[in-house]
Amino acid sequence: MMARDGEVSVFKLAAGAIAIMAFATGALVFMPYVALSDIAPPEGLKPYTDQQLRGRQSYIAHGCIYCHSQQPRDPSVAPDMARGWGRPSVPADYVYDKPHLLGTMRTGPDLFNIAVRQPSRDWHLGHLYQPRAYSPGSIMPAYPFLFERRRGAAQPGEVVVSLPPGYVVTGERIVATQEALDLTAYLLSLDRTYPVVKTGDVP
Amino acid sequence: MSFSAGLLLVTFLGSVAALALFLWSMSRGLFGTGEAAGRVIFASKEIGLVEEPAATTAATEDELQGVMNRTGHTGEFAVLTPEEADERAMLDASSKLPVIIALTGAVTWLVIASVFGLVASIKLHAPDWLVHEAWISFGRIRPAHLNAVAYGWCSLAGLGIAIWLFPRLLRTPLVGSRTAAAGVLLWTLGVTGGIAAILMGKSAGLEWLEFPWQVDIPLFLGGTLVGVALLRTLKRRKVPHLYVSVWYISAGLIWLPALLIVAKWPGIHFGVQQAAMNWWYGHNVLGLWFTPLGLAAIYYFLPKVLGKPIHSYHLSLVGFWTLAFFYSQVGGHHLIGGPVPNWLITLSIVQSMMMIVPVVAVGVNQHRTAHGHLSALRYSPTLRFIVLGGMMYTLASVQGSMQSLRIVNTTTHFTHFTVAHAHLGLYGFFSLVMFGSMYFVMPRVMDWEWPYSKLISLHFWLVLGGFAVYFTGLSIGGWLQGMRMLDAARPFMDSVTVTAPYLYSRTVGGTLMTLGHLVFAAHFGVMLLRRGKRREGAALLRRPMPTPRSSGSLSPTGASV
Repeated sequence: MMARDGEVSVFKLAAGAIAIMAFATGALVFMPYVALSDIAPPEGLKPYTDQQLRGRQSYIAHGCIYCHSQQPRDPSVAPDMARGWGRPSVPADYVYDKPHLLGTMRTGPDLFNIAVRQPSRDWHLGHLYQPRAYSPGSIMPAYPFLFERRRGAAQPGEVVVSLPPGYVVTGERIVATQEALDLTAYLLSLDRTYPVVKTGDVP
Repeated sequence: MSFSAGLLLVTFLGSVAALALFLWSMSRGLFGTGEAAGRVIFASKEIGLVEEPAATTAATEDELQGVMNRTGHTGEFAVLTPEEADERAMLDASSKLPVIIALTGAVTWLVIASVFGLVASIKLHAPDWLVHEAWISFGRIRPAHLNAVAYGWCSLAGLGIAIWLFPRLLRTPLVGSRTAAAGVLLWTLGVTGGIAAILMGKSAGLEWLEFPWQVDIPLFLGGTLVGVALLRTLKRRKVPHLYVSVWYISAGLIWLPALLIVAKWPGIHFGVQQAAMNWWYGHNVLGLWFTPLGLAAIYYFLPKVLGKPIHSYHLSLVGFWTLAFFYSQVGGHHLIGGPVPNWLITLSIVQSMMMIVPVVAVGVNQHRTAHGHLSALRYSPTLRFIVLGGMMYTLASVQGSMQSLRIVNTTTHFTHFTVAHAHLGLYGFFSLVMFGSMYFVMPRVMDWEWPYSKLISLHFWLVLGGFAVYFTGLSIGGWLQGMRMLDAARPFMDSVTVTAPYLYSRTVGGTLMTLGHLVFAAHFGVMLLRRGKRREGAALLRRPMPTPRSSGSLSPTGASV
């Protein structure tokens, strides 16, 4: 008799737990899926090239996302536009982004439009090699393993990083690896200055 | 904005109505059992008798019993009969294999994760330290830390404690001990593969979901095997009522696989939709996996150590269902101000505020149970960790609700403040509760007392002191960082430099916590080998002589001899 009470509870427990989970999944996963699945890419947004996609994988592999967001905010919320980080992003900006890289930290600045602020490949390569050579006070890690230190004369086809004086040993040159070039190609693709239609509350 | 405001109002009213309906149905008994279920964790005449296997001498446990007697809580009989003691010993032995594997794995991951975390913390104020290898770069060590903590330490500890609790809660020996052990091993294998993948640069790229989906298969299967063993035990239960801890654990074991499947299914998520999914998962894994396991432990050990049923069993059920309903929808608040539909954010903010309901339910219940017996903390290592962990649950949850408010979120989001908050939840609450639970469980599992009671104290003060430094510094630093970031008149670099002293203080706190973990791991190892000083008398499972007691007895040492 008392055991029956327990059995009813087991059923209610399982049913309740599943129903609640289904409801939340419907609201937070399925509805956004429906609402966002037919968004067309803006005219000015190009799909990533193969090299940019390889660079994007590097961006993921090296965990850039743990310090850099890719979602400039509305001027009513934060002065992102004033900092040159770009207009507030919209869902259409992300149609080619798999996986998404919106990020949750701004230990460093937002990178959604980094190519606009820093269009130079040389700058990016040097900055990846030693951030503090370009940005005093930066706490970004250096990525020397994306480069090779070579001696002697430069070989054809090599991309030699031009660093400020004091960061290279005399007689040595810093050569970008293919991965560094790919990553830089990705960073230089981050330009979302094309116009978009803001749709207001309902996407 | 008016659409948003209207939606806010409708969601809020809807939630309140749902809550009212739920409370009404419970008052009508539609959700089962009353106060009798709260007593189901005690043997027939046990109420009033403390149980604390971590009290390293019999005398200490006597002191604990004395405290309970003096503070006005006496059961009618306060005895455990020899038959009941034998039965309990048999139940505790039934889960030995999987519990030892799970807890050993948990402690191993705790040490590894602490080292990862410490290295990541140092790198934030020494960015040119250890930069020549990709695997140990900040971008890999940091997610390796998070995943080793979440899926290694926390999940394995939670699984181990859940497996151990089930036979006790259902008064049924664990059915399929080897199935559960295989499940735990598979889980460990999955975590190892996942951490290796992250360190090798094979991360899937989503926070909390960095493991490649292939690696999640052993995790999923392992969890399922543990679930099967627990379900089979559940079917043979010998108790008339399901205690609330059973609810939490069972629901957690239903929710986690559902979360994993939806989140990890390859190829369906994209762009902003994936970001919404990411935080639906990231938040639910905390609220619907770790929180249930942690609360299940609190709801068992707090009353069990004190020998006093939980203050209100009904309230614990209110807490359960409201946690499930409200928490499951809060994830979107991570995207406040981001490029996601407004209704999603609004829904999440409302439910974040509604989370105050389950939090108050749990908080009041714990407080009313422990109220007046705080001196018991001196004699019980388990209680020290669990009571403190319970308080941090309340703090972390209230703080979380506040952080979802736009006005607060604007400042704290994207800063170290959020990192401090995450540690208040997963460390201050969950990890402390797991430490306490393991202090209780291990002597029963190994049939061996903790050899050095001083190491328990050292562990406690190191992690508590370390965490206080960690949390305080990082919260202040994060807030200042947010203020600088929102100030358009300041260069962005100001928000970096202002955090410098606080990043150092995090390393100091993290070092103390890591030292505490090393002390704990060493003690755990000695326990595992059944080494160390042998105590004079087992405080393991008391079989006290029944002593006649008048109500309000002031006997200094209580009933146990």
